[in-house]
Amino acid sequence: MKKQLLWLALLGALSLPAQAADKIKIGFISTLSGPGGVLGAAIRDGFNLALEHTGGKVGGLPVEVIVEDDQQKPDVAKQLADKMTKRDKVDFVTGVVFQNIMQAIEQPVFQAQTYLISTNTGPSDLAGERCNPLFFAAAWVSDSYSEASGKNVNDKGYKNVFVIAPNYPGGKDVVNGFKRFYKGGYAGEVYTKLGQLDYAVELSQLRAAKPDAVFFFLPGGMGVNFLKQYHQAGLNKEFPLFGTGWSFDQDTLAAVGEPTLGALNAAHWNLDLDNPQNKKFVADFEKKYNRLPNEFASQGYDALMLIDAAVRDVKGKVEDKEALRKALEAANFKSVRGAFKFNKNHFPIQNYYLRQVVKDDKGRFVNKTVATIFTDHPDAYVSACKM
Amino acid sequence: MSGLLFAEQCLNGLQFGLMLFLLAAGLTLVFGIMDLINLAHGSLYMLGAYLAATLTQVTGSFLPGVALALLATALVGMLLEWSVLRHLYRRDHLSQVLATFALILIANEATRAIWGVQPLSFNVPAALSGSVELLPGLSYSAFRLTIIAVGLLVAALLYLLIGRTRIGMLVRAGASNRAMATAMGTNIQRLFTVLFGVGAALCALAGAMLGPLLAVQVGMGENILILAFVVVVIGGIGSVRGAFVGALLVGVVDTFGRAFVPLTLRQFLPPALADAAGPSLAAISIYILMILVLLWKPQGLFPSRA
Repeated sequence: MKKQLLWLALLGALSLPAQAADKIKIGFISTLSGPGGVLGAAIRDGFNLALEHTGGKVGGLPVEVIVEDDQQKPDVAKQLADKMTKRDKVDFVTGVVFQNIMQAIEQPVFQAQTYLISTNTGPSDLAGERCNPLFFAAAWVSDSYSEASGKNVNDKGYKNVFVIAPNYPGGKDVVNGFKRFYKGGYAGEVYTKLGQLDYAVELSQLRAAKPDAVFFFLPGGMGVNFLKQYHQAGLNKEFPLFGTGWSFDQDTLAAVGEPTLGALNAAHWNLDLDNPQNKKFVADFEKKYNRLPNEFASQGYDALMLIDAAVRDVKGKVEDKEALRKALEAANFKSVRGAFKFNKNHFPIQNYYLRQVVKDDKGRFVNKTVATIFTDHPDAYVSACKM
Repeated sequence: MSGLLFAEQCLNGLQFGLMLFLLAAGLTLVFGIMDLINLAHGSLYMLGAYLAATLTQVTGSFLPGVALALLATALVGMLLEWSVLRHLYRRDHLSQVLATFALILIANEATRAIWGVQPLSFNVPAALSGSVELLPGLSYSAFRLTIIAVGLLVAALLYLLIGRTRIGMLVRAGASNRAMATAMGTNIQRLFTVLFGVGAALCALAGAMLGPLLAVQVGMGENILILAFVVVVIGGIGSVRGAFVGALLVGVVDTFGRAFVPLTLRQFLPPALADAAGPSLAAISIYILMILVLLWKPQGLFPSRA
């Protein structure tokens, strides 16, 4: 009996390559627990909704999605990437939230000649000199939200801004984007520990520095902590607060409530963007999950739609890496953000909007699109990419 | 650096330290007296915050919400002690770590299942949402002042409870020599259950007081648990007085590290290097403190065992 099983297993292993094209395998490595877990969960929910909209298939083929939690730990993520590319032999790796996770998994995934579709982070080096044919950013380049915020703050005529961001490469990237378009001076620049809980120290410094505006970038739970404490310290009445869309995503608005009202922020997507696929996405997301989607969910949704379109375009022959790359580059799908195309570095060219937190007719805190800050905006690194 | 800003940062340090004390007090009692490494301590803190947020919403008022959350978390804690942890006392520390780590995972998943992945809305009660002018030019958040007051009150109550009551005497006896205390006829088992309930209630108090300032979300306990362990190790395992001093030290060192290390470095290092090193150095300041204390006193500042 045991021998028979062994033979069966061997037979199965031998016949694997022939079966590969009948089924698409997607490795979904995301941060699903801990303070950053809200983001990964939103991306996963958007991704799963897209999978529902494609009838549970990708490009018309059955699909197996392997979901794993990286716990926001690079070492865990690297192990998962090794396992997915070597043992599970996935066709795509996606789902990543944080830049330090992306840095940990990019080499193992690239070495396995597997396509890596970012559902969130867009590291600037991967957009520039280290751009890679196997990498596609389905969301944005890390500093694009802050470029838009910087332009907005600059256009409003502020001259003395206090900046606060977490001390990790993504945080520095974001602040650099802000500086590219904001030309005034700085009342202070503070970098905090990733995952910091209490911001009393920084808020005291901020008040003493007397800026004319505050720009902050603190993703996930850190942003919730900061917004609550900023409001609690009464600073919202003294200094206008500008942020990236990440700090005012729908989940944050629901959790923080009142303290976010009126805040201005920049993003590439919003609930009220007027296109049919977005209306369907928002309505079905709310029906399925009983809450409104945020941009992270929209990114997860778009990532699956991108994969779906590419697999359909190559008629399921995902082993033909060259054809698959061309199909991904074509991005033959209707993004919920509206106009969308890839630049030559596989990063998006898209619009960025100014949003303001308001109360909707159901009493919920939501973002309202106020203006378009950038139209068909490319990233700042594409010229360094030799691809 | 003005004197007022310095005073404000001192208050921040005091407040952060006292908030750590609420967590560390329960942890050190359990760790020192029951000889149990309870990683699930942070989960009780999370449960306290979630219950306080929910019950505040249900009752429509902060105070009864917090009181009920304290009671409920204490009950859950005692139930946990009775059903699971009691069987771990005789096991080695590795089994305890494994079992209580499993409890963390269970607690997180259960919380996710009951309350969802999104953080709960829990804001500062209206009466405490303003700030108080302590000195001309120095106003401080009323809610943070309340945290300081609650922390000091709990410290005083624990001091009286442990130093002046019969239960406290048993606790001290258990901490210094458990076998001897049992031989003298102390019902250690009941004492442990009650003690665990008290620890859980302190966790819930910390969760309820911090919930309005922090994101009430799954996994909030693990983040702060590490700090609480640092406090316990610095203060000396099993000593509430040690936890108090250790918590204040950690609070002040962490605060001053964040407030002044980057500024100081900028004085004598090139700006690029100072900006890179400052925040990193500030982030590890409490661990440097821990190493120094342990080099000086390997048992912590106030070891409870002779």
